[in-house]
Order: sequence, then C-alpha cells, then structure tokens
Amino acid sequence: MNAVAGALHDGWVVTKRNLIKIKRVPDLVIFSSIQPIMFVLLFAYVFGSAIHPAGVNYKDYLMAGIFTQTVAFGSALTAIGLADDLSKGIVDRFRSLPMSRAAVLIGRTTSDLLNNVLVVVVMSSCGLLVGWRIHTDPLRAAGGLALLFLFGYAMSWIAAVIGLSVRSVEVAQQAGFLWLFPLTFLSNAFVTTDGLPAALRAVADWNPVSSVALAMRDLWGNSAAGFGRGSGFPANHPVLMAVLWSAAITAIFLPLSIVKYRRAASR
Amino acid sequence: MADAIVAEGLVKTYGSVRALDGLDLRVPEGTVFGLLGPNGAGKTTCVRILATLLRPDRGQVRVGDIDVLTHPDQVRRIIGLSGQFAAVDDNLTGYENLEMIGRLYQLGKAQARQRAHELLERFELSDAAARPVKTYSGGMRRRLDLAGALLTSPPVIFLDEPTTGLDPRSRLGMWDVINERVRSGTTLLLTTQYLEEADRLADEVMVIDHGRAIAQGTPDELKRQVGGERLEVEVAHTAELETVRGVLEKVCGETASVDPEVRRVSVPAAGGVGALVEVVRQLDTAEVVPLDIGLHRATLDDVFLALTGAATTQRKGGDQ
Repeated sequence: MNAVAGALHDGWVVTKRNLIKIKRVPDLVIFSSIQPIMFVLLFAYVFGSAIHPAGVNYKDYLMAGIFTQTVAFGSALTAIGLADDLSKGIVDRFRSLPMSRAAVLIGRTTSDLLNNVLVVVVMSSCGLLVGWRIHTDPLRAAGGLALLFLFGYAMSWIAAVIGLSVRSVEVAQQAGFLWLFPLTFLSNAFVTTDGLPAALRAVADWNPVSSVALAMRDLWGNSAAGFGRGSGFPANHPVLMAVLWSAAITAIFLPLSIVKYRRAASR
Repeated sequence: MADAIVAEGLVKTYGSVRALDGLDLRVPEGTVFGLLGPNGAGKTTCVRILATLLRPDRGQVRVGDIDVLTHPDQVRRIIGLSGQFAAVDDNLTGYENLEMIGRLYQLGKAQARQRAHELLERFELSDAAARPVKTYSGGMRRRLDLAGALLTSPPVIFLDEPTTGLDPRSRLGMWDVINERVRSGTTLLLTTQYLEEADRLADEVMVIDHGRAIAQGTPDELKRQVGGERLEVEVAHTAELETVRGVLEKVCGETASVDPEVRRVSVPAAGGVGALVEVVRQLDTAEVVPLDIGLHRATLDDVFLALTGAATTQRKGGDQ
C-alpha cells in the first residue's frame, strides 16, 4: 500500500510538471487540436456528401470514430515526451532521487490523458457546430466519454513502450504515429466495414478502435441497426469489448513499460 | 575517518568494450575526490554506478556504509547527483524545478518551498527564479542543476564533469561555488577532464584510463610525478637543438626531451620563472635566438604522457 501511495504522490508531482509545459507551450494543444478539427470538417463535408447511411446522420456516425482516432493519435505524445526526457538526462536525475520507479510513467500518461480531455472538449464543440448530437441521457453520454478516455489511457502505455525503446525524439515522432494510421483506418471509425474483403473485415471488426467507436455510438444513440456495426461477437457487445480491450492493453503494456523504463534508463 | 564511498573491483562491459575494468576507490568522509581521465575512460560509468543508476557486472559498492546494489532506495536518500548535462526542465522556472525535486525527495510542501528559495539565494539565482529555465545561460543552468543536487543537503554528492562545456569565466565561477558552498563537510566525488580543475577542487585525485586506475595521489603528488611546470623552447634551426638541450638540462637539472619535427626542447622546470630567466640568459650567451620560449603548466596530456607514454588526443569514442 505504501508503494502505491508513493507512486501516486510522486506521479502527481511529475504530472504537474508536465502540465506546466502545456501551459507554457500552448502551441502544443493548439496544434494537437487543429488536426482533429480539420478531420471533423473534412470528413463531415467530403465523406458526408457521399455517404448517406440509412437510419443515421453521418455526422452522428462520424464523431465517435474521430474521437477514437484522436485519442489514439494523442498517445504519440507519450512516446515523444518520454524519449525527450530520456535524451535530456532528466530521467537520470529522477532515478537518482528517492522516488517511486513508476512515477515518471504515471506522470506522463496522466498528463497526456488530461491533454486528450482538453482536445476532446475542443472537438466536441466543433462537432456540435457541424450538427452532431448525443441523443441519449447524460449518464450514457458520460459513459461513452469514459470508455473513450480509458482507451486513450491504455494506448498511452503502448506509446510509452515505443518512446522508451527508440530513445530519440525524432524517431519517437515517426514511430509513435506511423502504426496509428492502419490501426485507426482499418476500422469502422469513418466508414462501415461491410464492403471490406472477408479477411480485412475480420481484422477491422475485432479492431479495438471499432469496438470503442461502436460502443460510443450505441451509448450516444448515434448508431443505426444495419449500418457500420460489422458482424460477430464485437458487433453485439461493443461496450464489453471496449472495456476488455483497454484492460488487456493496459495489463500487457503497463508492466512492460516499467521493465523498459528500468532498462532504458540504466544503459 | 570512515570511508563515505567505497568501490571494490568494479567491472562494467558494453559489448566488447570494458568501460570499467576492476576499479577500486575509497573516499574518506568529508573529503573531495577527483576522478580524472579523458573521454571514454569510464568516469561517467563509475559515477552512474555509485549513484544507483547502473548496476556493475561485478564488484562491491558502498555509499554512506549502505550497500548500493542491495539497498539503492536507502542510498538515494543520502546522495545528490549533478550529471554531465544539466538535467533541468526547460519549461519550468528555476523555482519550480527545485520545488519539484524537493517534493520528489519526499520533503513536505512547505519545506520544499523553503529549501528551493534558500538554494536559489545561495546560488545567486533569486533574480531569475520566476523565469523559465530555457532563458538561462549555460552557467546558470549548471548552477541550478547543482542546487538540485544539494537541495536536501545530502552527505554525499556526485558531480559528473561539472564545468564541461562552460566558457572559462563560468568555469571559474563554478569552481568558486563548489569550493565555497559544496565542499564544507560533505563528501564530494567529481569527475573532470581538466587537471587544473582537479587541482583546484580535489584533496585526492585518481587518474583513470580504459576503466582502470593508473595513478592516485594528492594533486601536488601527481604534478610532481608529471613534473609540474615545463620549460619549452622552440628554435628555427635543427642544428641549435643540441645547444638548447645542453642549456636546459644544466639549468633545470633534469633530462630534456627533444622533438626534432617541431624543433622543440622541453624539460621539467621546478625552478619556475627563475629558471626561465637563467635559460634566456644562457641562450643569449650561446647566441641562440629562440622562436618561442615559455613555461607551460602540466595538462591532462602531460599526465598521460608521463604515466602511460600515450597522449589523450587521437583517442576515439565518446564517454561511456
């Protein structure tokens, strides 16, 4: 218990340090918001003009997908931030202090989670402007957001492993983003998976991004019975799958990143 | 006097490179120990092991009579480390950097605040306390990093090349700071590439190369071993070299070394300026007009030449 309390205390100190950076370098939030806003506008009007799903407004369908993609991309910040701290020797300083070994990772993932919240707030306003609406109650609305941030937090731990493996900020920038394109596009985030070849379709339907997006749509009344659900177990239990995916990712990558942190920093 | 730092038989290899090859050292409590060596000698590796950042492949380490390998957490409470690159956060102010370190040393909020202000005052950074560190000069960043290492007044402090990369003026300032504000009562181990720095700061110096100690003693003993100051004379004609050698050996009473390629003769000159004047006088009588003549303080290169016969230049590879 003592170790957990220590990790939380020290993790919060490091979180505050990272948040100060968001405050001092506001360009960072501004630019990490511009891309999702751009995506909302482009997809809503370009794809939206071509795709007319039966029973649901495409803008309603789209927003859950873009939210999911955005928090996934937000995880790249974790990779970049950790690579930066390692290369500047700040991690060495931290490791020579009598503080929790998990604090740097907890602090990084927590501040990136808060950054994600900030970006999602900006995007929601944009979505509301172009005509997206949540059609259910506040409880379900909050439930959808909770699933979204849980998934973003889980993704941060994958990114942590990447950032600690590459150790250079430039490589982290590339490696942290690259894999996110297939991950987010090979899903139901923007269009239905129904038209994909069978093998790809299975991948897309079991993609955690699909489950998270579908879960949010269901919770927000943004989904239509026949459109973009995919098939099989994930199509019928998106909320369960979203929770399981996030839990599984965290369970694998959190301990892995702590092991990586110890090794990376002691080279 | 008890030993604050003890390392025995330290070995650390990176692939085929032996960064440390059986290093032993002992630093008595309250003294300043200088680890002197060129890039890649193993200085940083040694400090990282002592400061709990790195585990050696073999060997024993005790700091403050605590085993570093089995109880690193306890060791971290009694040490301060200031690494080769000032590990301060650019986006935080000087005050915020120190307050954060205080909190991570597990000081209470009020105490962390108070210590941060005290240290900023002591290191003459009060005026810049509220400015983000990215606006600081190199010297200020180093002072802030050093202040971080001293925040809880730890009994043992490690400084890894505290002045590397600083301009000569900031270096002098840093030496004053270390002499006046760091060394009183604490045990300090510092690494350096500069003989002069070891001379100014350390009670005891160990020269290391390829991860092994090649000499140890007080700075004075080392300089005596190297020959302290050297008198060098450069002439225009190779024919004059023998005359010069004769004069230098007679005046200084030591064997001179001749480098025909650059037509330079040099000899250890314990007599200092007096010897220089006498040599000028005798060369004048012998009608030799030197191109250049002067006294040169021993450098790290001289130490290495004297100890190993190999200069430190032309070495490859960075610091491990």
